[in-house]
Amino acid sequence: MTGWHQHLIIAPIVLPILVGALLLAFDERRRSVKRVLSFVTTAALIGIAALLLGQADSRFGAGGAPQVYLLGNWPAPFGIVLVADRLSALMLLLTAVLGFTALFYAMARWDRSGPRFHVLFLLLLAGVNGAFLTGDIFNLFVFFEVLLAASYGLILHGAGAERTKASLHYITINIATSLLFLIGVALIYGVTGTLNMADLAARVPQVAGEDLGLLEAGAAILWVAFLVKSGIWPLSFWLPRTYAAAAPPVAAIFAIMTKVGVYIVLRLTSLLFGGGSGAAAGFAGDWLIWSGFATMLFGTLGILATRTLTRVAGHYVLVSSGTLLAAIGIGGEALTAALLFYLVSSTLAVGALYLIIEPVERNADEEDMIAGVAEPVFDDEYTGAVAEEESETGVVIPGTIAILGGGFIFCTLLLAGLPPLSGFIAKFAIIDALFDGRITPTTWILIGLIILSGLSTLVAMTRAGIDLLWTPGEDSPARLSVIEVVPIGFLLAACLALMVEAGPLFRYMEATSRGLVEPSSYIDAVRSAPRAGEAKP
Amino acid sequence: METALALAIGILTASGLWLLFRPRTFQVVLGLSLLSYAVNLFIIAAGRLRTDAPPIVGKGVVDPAFYVDPVPQALVLTAIVISFATTALLLVVLLASRGLTGTDHVDGEDDEP
Repeated sequence: MTGWHQHLIIAPIVLPILVGALLLAFDERRRSVKRVLSFVTTAALIGIAALLLGQADSRFGAGGAPQVYLLGNWPAPFGIVLVADRLSALMLLLTAVLGFTALFYAMARWDRSGPRFHVLFLLLLAGVNGAFLTGDIFNLFVFFEVLLAASYGLILHGAGAERTKASLHYITINIATSLLFLIGVALIYGVTGTLNMADLAARVPQVAGEDLGLLEAGAAILWVAFLVKSGIWPLSFWLPRTYAAAAPPVAAIFAIMTKVGVYIVLRLTSLLFGGGSGAAAGFAGDWLIWSGFATMLFGTLGILATRTLTRVAGHYVLVSSGTLLAAIGIGGEALTAALLFYLVSSTLAVGALYLIIEPVERNADEEDMIAGVAEPVFDDEYTGAVAEEESETGVVIPGTIAILGGGFIFCTLLLAGLPPLSGFIAKFAIIDALFDGRITPTTWILIGLIILSGLSTLVAMTRAGIDLLWTPGEDSPARLSVIEVVPIGFLLAACLALMVEAGPLFRYMEATSRGLVEPSSYIDAVRSAPRAGEAKP
Repeated sequence: METALALAIGILTASGLWLLFRPRTFQVVLGLSLLSYAVNLFIIAAGRLRTDAPPIVGKGVVDPAFYVDPVPQALVLTAIVISFATTALLLVVLLASRGLTGTDHVDGEDDEP
């Protein structure tokens, strides 16, 4: 355990922060430097995440333990720990892939529509990575704030009245939610006297009597905070509007942010309220199931009711959150593996959809093309006129419509969950896992809602597709730059890879799921993590 | 002291919530500030109330009974910095929204002229 790979686990947090800070030193006019640096960083993040995933999968194959990193070399329950197990590594890789593509896409023109896009983007990635890696609930709060602060900046990116209005709501809701988060953390600390997740897992079973009520109250408040982030009904009314107002690459990377909430719920449910947690076991399971159903229903109705594609995508994010949370509430090893696959597939698909919406809609009415780019607000802002610089990237591809249409159909199949793509495999796996378990009315409701939401997605996407792609336009097809096509293609190719490699991936997911259902290896690894310079006990 | 602290937290939370539900952006910002004070006091309370006990532990063998739990104090420090920064950011957005929409209503439009 010596050498560079021991410190690799902290790289997904430190690297984007360092590069982000470095980018601040460059003037807005030296955009190419910023682009190269942030592009290389996001590409490096994919490599790092892949290495961590490889380590997580091979190092603790059967009886081994997750990799634990003691920050500042403080022993485990006292200091802050970073933990990379299979689930964290998987989420890191997903973030890195989505981040890379969104940044790539932004270089077509979106990073020019406001200052300091790259810095904020890298900070957001650092915050998301930190939230996935940390093993301490207060540190989790700090990383949440890092990612939220960056997201406040990104949501405002491009300015304009609609974005400002949406971000005012978004920021207010998230600050209020952060306060709930703190109350929950304080209550849990007051009862158990620890903030370390693994240590909490060991102490929760010993909580009894009056303290149990207090602990559950704290956990419930904490859960509300995470569920707001993951967009559960009735706490999700802000989400479709905010995401629709955001610039497309920003919306694409925001697709991972709801999954941060889902990840935390999954992780804490596994550690704190899993099978071995005594009186607190099964906490909030029913609440998750029923609010997940309500979210799915709300999202499905929203998909059918809205006319703009960005809102369809926003409501689809809700549907996928609802599906995931309901599945977490039901629990079980096979279902957890299936929901992880669904999580990866739906996140990539929604990311691709957000990216493809903009060129598709631009194709429909080109006058609005520049609408997203507004007047500068601050003096030091450099808004290189978009129209002037079009030649820089504007290689015209013949058959724009063919590419866009093909990509759009691909997205539709993925989102609606039609065979043969990964969306179908994911939904099929969830339904299959549900039939393996005990069949109750809840099972049938979930299956019904999954199928219904898929159908409504198909209807809405077909309607939008006919409207936007088939209706003959008066003008020649809009220009589509290579920089826009490549990232969309990259995401869709990733979904294709999910389909082709579904077998090995499912084995990975099942191993992850075993680690979540039986978290003792995680807990032991953190509690017995040796300090650097000490021999392993 | 417990009663005084509980009352302080309660009053701050109640006023903060009331302001949070007001239609003017500035009231919302003030409400969030009051709420964050209440939460900070609450975190201190979660570490058990003690008077005349230092949070910083000296070197050598120490008796924890003479010290107050230092963790909540560190948490509050972090929470204060973060809520201060986000409130400042919200104020900037508030000003931008006021400038762009011409009203300080939270929805960017006034129902009653």
